[in-house]
Amino acid sequence: MLILAIDTSAVASAALVSDDTMESLVGSFSTEDTRSHAEVLAPGIEALLADSGLTGADVDAVVTGVGPGPFTGLRSGIVTARTLAFVWGKPLYGLMSLDAIALEVAESTDAAPEFIVATDARRKEVYWARYALSAGQLPRLLDGPHVGFAADLPELPVYGAGAGLYADVVNAVPGFSSRQPEALSLGQFALARLDTGEQLLDSTPLYLRESDAQVPGPRKRAL
Amino acid sequence: MNSPQHDGPLVLGIESSCDETGVGIVRGTQLLTNTVSSSMDEHVRFGGVIPEIASRAHLDAFVPTLREALAEAGVTLEDVDAIAVTSGPGLAGALMVGVCAAKALAVATGKPLYAINHLVAHVGVGLLQTDDGGPQAFAANANALPENLGALLVSGGHTEILRIRNITADVELLGSTIDDAAGEAYDKVARLLGLGYPGGPAIDKLARTGNAEAIRFPRGLSQPKYMGTVEQPGPHRYDWSFSGLKTAVARCVEQFEARGEAVPVADIAAAFQEAVVDIITSKAVLACRENGITELLLGGGVAANSRLRQLTEQRCSAAGIRLTVPPLALCTDNGAMVAALGAQLVMAGIAPSGIGFAPDSSMPVTTVSA
Ligand SMILES: [Zn+2]
Repeated sequence: MLILAIDTSAVASAALVSDDTMESLVGSFSTEDTRSHAEVLAPGIEALLADSGLTGADVDAVVTGVGPGPFTGLRSGIVTARTLAFVWGKPLYGLMSLDAIALEVAESTDAAPEFIVATDARRKEVYWARYALSAGQLPRLLDGPHVGFAADLPELPVYGAGAGLYADVVNAVPGFSSRQPEALSLGQFALARLDTGEQLLDSTPLYLRESDAQVPGPRKRAL
Repeated sequence: MNSPQHDGPLVLGIESSCDETGVGIVRGTQLLTNTVSSSMDEHVRFGGVIPEIASRAHLDAFVPTLREALAEAGVTLEDVDAIAVTSGPGLAGALMVGVCAAKALAVATGKPLYAINHLVAHVGVGLLQTDDGGPQAFAANANALPENLGALLVSGGHTEILRIRNITADVELLGSTIDDAAGEAYDKVARLLGLGYPGGPAIDKLARTGNAEAIRFPRGLSQPKYMGTVEQPGPHRYDWSFSGLKTAVARCVEQFEARGEAVPVADIAAAFQEAVVDIITSKAVLACRENGITELLLGGGVAANSRLRQLTEQRCSAAGIRLTVPPLALCTDNGAMVAALGAQLVMAGIAPSGIGFAPDSSMPVTTVSA
């Protein structure tokens, strides 16, 4: 099974993963910055397919990270995934973006049995979720995703760029303190879950925050 | 008879610059479908377009709107020769959804993509012939816009007067609003008067029962220091401003209330509408006369306003300017106008934009395509 995975919840990234390949990796790319998704994502996907000698017809499913993440960037990946899946006529799945980092934690050598993944939510807050690990299993989501202040996180080791930003108030795990969710890990997680017959999400974005719009109050009378 | 039915490139256009998700398909100058999904209802309780709500709606509307447009036009993506998308100007987050969708479409189909200017696209609809065989707006010159063409665009998002020497290569902004768009001013005043959203239709309807001469509201940027003369134009000769007018309406309402009198809502609506329409049309016609424009296209959602159409017609005909107003569904934001301009670019042999461009929320009209 060949999956095209996309995540734009923080950086822009895409990956082709397959269970027929060593380490599942066919190809992947990711950007450093978190603000140029509309420019780099489509050319990145086009190059990814071309470099692998593949076309949309070879892809069995499209997977998109559904956040949480800054709204505009997040939508750029979801609308790209939805459109590709529609044109190619392939199934489309969603995965919570923080899962990407959770899988990387699970594959690291001295992972704690329970931990937090956190990313930057701007406005001095983080997006976070709590996971549990048991030997030989995929990380299991216990709680979240949520958005809130880093200082209010449960007292557990915290992985991800959200930990690095607030290392003064959380137990940030070194080596992961600038880690962002990326499509490669997300795609690998999706493959592993589909292999075990697990259900994935649909592509509905996890905004976690309202639109900030205020219903205007009644106009003040002069009298 | 030369039927345009099978002439010209098949172009799919995508629009998402404000609160309408539009997908239109044209073949040359022939309109095949104009499919629009609007999030207007979701903005009613806020009294204006909320960008984040519009962006969320674009994300969910895009694929269904695309599917519907293809079905209505009876074409497949394989048949399409090129894709066009609004790249600006507009709301940044809203533009981003349409641009990313268009790029994905280009990647998935391998079709060339044009990143086009929304304002110039409003002019492009003047070239379209509807599929019921109706006349195209500029039928006199099949497949070509007239010479000496201007466009007056009035909507909730913009108020501009353009000169179009060549729709694919030479468009100039003669004047624009320096603060609120005209449609925005209608929305704000409708809220002041308790008339609901969108403000344009509500004020237009009520104004018919009011006396426009009961109150005189200021005409923005009409003073000599802004206007100057033909020889020495002032800094805002063809520009508009509506924020002072909105303040004047608010003050007027407060004065009635402070005196304990009933607010003459219909008279205020009529006088406000007269002030807006008077200054829009007088400056637009002035710009036309002084720039040799003899054909004017009226576009944008406020083209639906009965008084604006009436006064524009009167003043244009007095000045010897031929006025064209496309059907309303093509005046409001839509994908067909994007496709129409895209087809012109293809036919003019202009190179596609590729998929690396960035949406530009303040794209100038001099950039017809990126
Ligand atoms: Zn418009």
